[in-house]
Amino acid sequence: MHPLIKLVAQRIALGLILLLAVSVVIFLGIEMLPGDTAQAILGQSATATSLANLRESLGLNQSPATRYFTWLGHALQGDLGKALTNQQDIAQAIGQRLGNTLFLAVCAGAIAVPLSIGLGLVAARFNGRWPDKLISGVTLAMISLPEFVAAYFMILLLTLVIPILQPVSMIFPGMGFFEKLHAVALPVIVLVMVVLAHMMRMTRAAILNVMQSAYIETAELKGLSPMQVIWRHALPNAVAPIISVVVINLAYLVVGVVVVEVVFSYNALGQYLVDHVAKRDLPVVQAVGIIFAAVYIGLNILADLIGIIANPRLRHPK
Amino acid sequence: MSSELNHLLGLASAGKMSRREFVGRAGALGVSTAVAGTMLSTAAFADTPVKGGLLRAGMQGGESTNTLDPALAASDVPFMINSTWGETLVDVELNGTLGLRVAEEVSSNADATQWMFKIRKGVEYHNGATMTAEDVVATLKRHTDDKAQSGAQGIVKGITDMKAEGDMVTLTLAAGNADLPFLMADYHLIIQPGGGVDNPTSGIGSGAYKVVEHEPGVRTAFEKHTNHWDASRGHADQVEILTINDNPARTAAIQAGQIHLMNRIDPKIVDLLKGNTDIAIERAAGPGHYVFIMRCNAAPFDNNDLRMALKMSVNRQEMLEKILGGMGSRGNDFPINAAYPMFDDSISQREYDAATAADFYKKSGHDGSPILLQVAPGAFPGAVEAAQLFQASANAAGIPLQVKLEPDDGYWDNVWNIAPFCASYWGGRPVQDQMYSTAYLSTAEWNDTAFKDAHFDEVMIAARGELDQAKRKGMYSEMATILRDTGGLICPMFNDWVEGRRSEVGGWIPNPAGTLMNGKAMSMCWLNA
Repeated sequence: MHPLIKLVAQRIALGLILLLAVSVVIFLGIEMLPGDTAQAILGQSATATSLANLRESLGLNQSPATRYFTWLGHALQGDLGKALTNQQDIAQAIGQRLGNTLFLAVCAGAIAVPLSIGLGLVAARFNGRWPDKLISGVTLAMISLPEFVAAYFMILLLTLVIPILQPVSMIFPGMGFFEKLHAVALPVIVLVMVVLAHMMRMTRAAILNVMQSAYIETAELKGLSPMQVIWRHALPNAVAPIISVVVINLAYLVVGVVVVEVVFSYNALGQYLVDHVAKRDLPVVQAVGIIFAAVYIGLNILADLIGIIANPRLRHPK
Repeated sequence: MSSELNHLLGLASAGKMSRREFVGRAGALGVSTAVAGTMLSTAAFADTPVKGGLLRAGMQGGESTNTLDPALAASDVPFMINSTWGETLVDVELNGTLGLRVAEEVSSNADATQWMFKIRKGVEYHNGATMTAEDVVATLKRHTDDKAQSGAQGIVKGITDMKAEGDMVTLTLAAGNADLPFLMADYHLIIQPGGGVDNPTSGIGSGAYKVVEHEPGVRTAFEKHTNHWDASRGHADQVEILTINDNPARTAAIQAGQIHLMNRIDPKIVDLLKGNTDIAIERAAGPGHYVFIMRCNAAPFDNNDLRMALKMSVNRQEMLEKILGGMGSRGNDFPINAAYPMFDDSISQREYDAATAADFYKKSGHDGSPILLQVAPGAFPGAVEAAQLFQASANAAGIPLQVKLEPDDGYWDNVWNIAPFCASYWGGRPVQDQMYSTAYLSTAEWNDTAFKDAHFDEVMIAARGELDQAKRKGMYSEMATILRDTGGLICPMFNDWVEGRRSEVGGWIPNPAGTLMNGKAMSMCWLNA
């Protein structure tokens, strides 16, 4: 078997075991939270009788182990069940929201990744001179702002001072593609601001690191222009660290943007997850948790693979 | 001009009420015939409902865990959504009067143990079926069932017999209750086809709008129910209720015109919005209040002198100004204010008095150990700050009050109704009896102050069946005084509804009974082009 295929298979198998472990951890985490689903649903209006009734109808009287394995059995058959709180079909609700999450992540990623790598290259090219300082200064300033502050600032700027965008970004199935783009413009801008610096700095550092090598000097002596040296000779050898940072940021764009979702009332998975954690709605938390973990693990496997493919020494092990 | 008069004027100028009727009813409000006539002719141009358009509200208080089952509604967004697609037998209008909706006549026997509701003819559901008296009975029966987990179970529990005959619904009670019609206005008791037994979450009702799309915690879209029986409701072609829980985002949305109406404006920013001519701040003094509750059966709060010491050491005026930005009124340690019918406004207002508080504290013989007040940010907006103000004013009187911060998560399970002294809130109820019997009757499940007073209970039961209004008002006054002077409730303030309306929205009538015109804003407002 080709070693690369074997490696992929190994990584995927490891990923699946990790997912199983994640599901156990999530389950235990929810069990440890104070209060249960019934109490969380009824809140201030709970009475002893209504609690007992609700626990009965939600099946909370069974032992934790029974509930976990029942859930696992169904999940393995692709049945994520129904939300305890409102009896909505979880797969259906998640399907739509996952789409929205990915839409936002793809829009932000499509702008942020090329932009940050490009800026990183430019910064490396003009290392220590004013373009480098300007790029680093601005991007670091943006990452230093908490997301919600950046979000409120952009709302103020682009909906009230210059009213060209809308503060509430909800998107719905009936909307056209450009309508959706317009709706998510503000959160995309904020997310790009948030992830730009990390990827830019990594690109810059990785390129500068490679620039110390002897072969770069050779390339320069051949008479190539600085940008050509960076593009043709430095970048391919700096790909691995850059990709791993890009992937971490893409994973963040999928799983970590709940604050931005809340500020823009964007109907994606993060807010859905938080609402259900508050109500201790285990099946939903499990399902969303697994999806998030899968995205994270999957993207990391991808980063490993790209790193290996980019490196001839790893690609052709002796 | 009074809001009632405004409402009448709106009806009359929209052609929903004859000129003669308007002049007559305006006369009842003390307006002379000539003046009423002039008012009508000017208003006819100014206040005609405009048909069409898409009316949008952005609201706090919705989660993706919500459902359309009216029995389970607990927060503002489900309340609003359900009030837009569904209707109750009656509703609470301005000034706490009873409005007739699905029922067109309400009557009772002499001792208020039997109530008759005549169901309006030709009320059509969104699915085309016609509402019957049987549907009404089936609806009420469903809410008595434990399995329905209805928030209104306590209300329908006292009904021993429900009967549908022709277009009459007869309810028989175990004991007389003069307030029963008001209880039927409860927002859980929306009449559903077949009582909603088969499919409680269908969202099919007889309201002015029918649900087209429903994504819990995000958006509910409605379109006009063209066969709605009441032509004075349902002006916009489409309405939408968006859940925007974040305060600044909701405020930005109304400023940008993305929504037309919003609930819960943060009192701290009201002044900032005042300069904006596009947005009107709508206030209504409702029955909601913020409280600190002492459990009368737990030491040291089992000592009335200590309770009085704490009550005297709250600086209510300061709290009202700092926590509510003045958007409310001072509380008087009983849960009733002018929003209720038969409120006795002659009960004197309790003031901050450090000297008296210190005297009571000394008399209580308390050992001087710290008195813990448990509070979480979610107990009510500004709860932690209010508790700190309380701590400062109590300490100034020599009372060792100490604030203990609790997490929001699990607060209602682990602290409220358990801890001896904590912060909480009440949304209020349409009538006094319901408020008292929910939380101050000895046997009430939500008696969160553990207040037990046999005489208080007796007066409450007697008042319930008393049809003589003057006598009843006297009884409520007595109960208020008992609670004020011996109860475990510290009620520093009543919070107003503070809501935003864009200037192009017409038809707004403040209604203190609930948020956004008691849930009727979508059905009764319109968009001026």
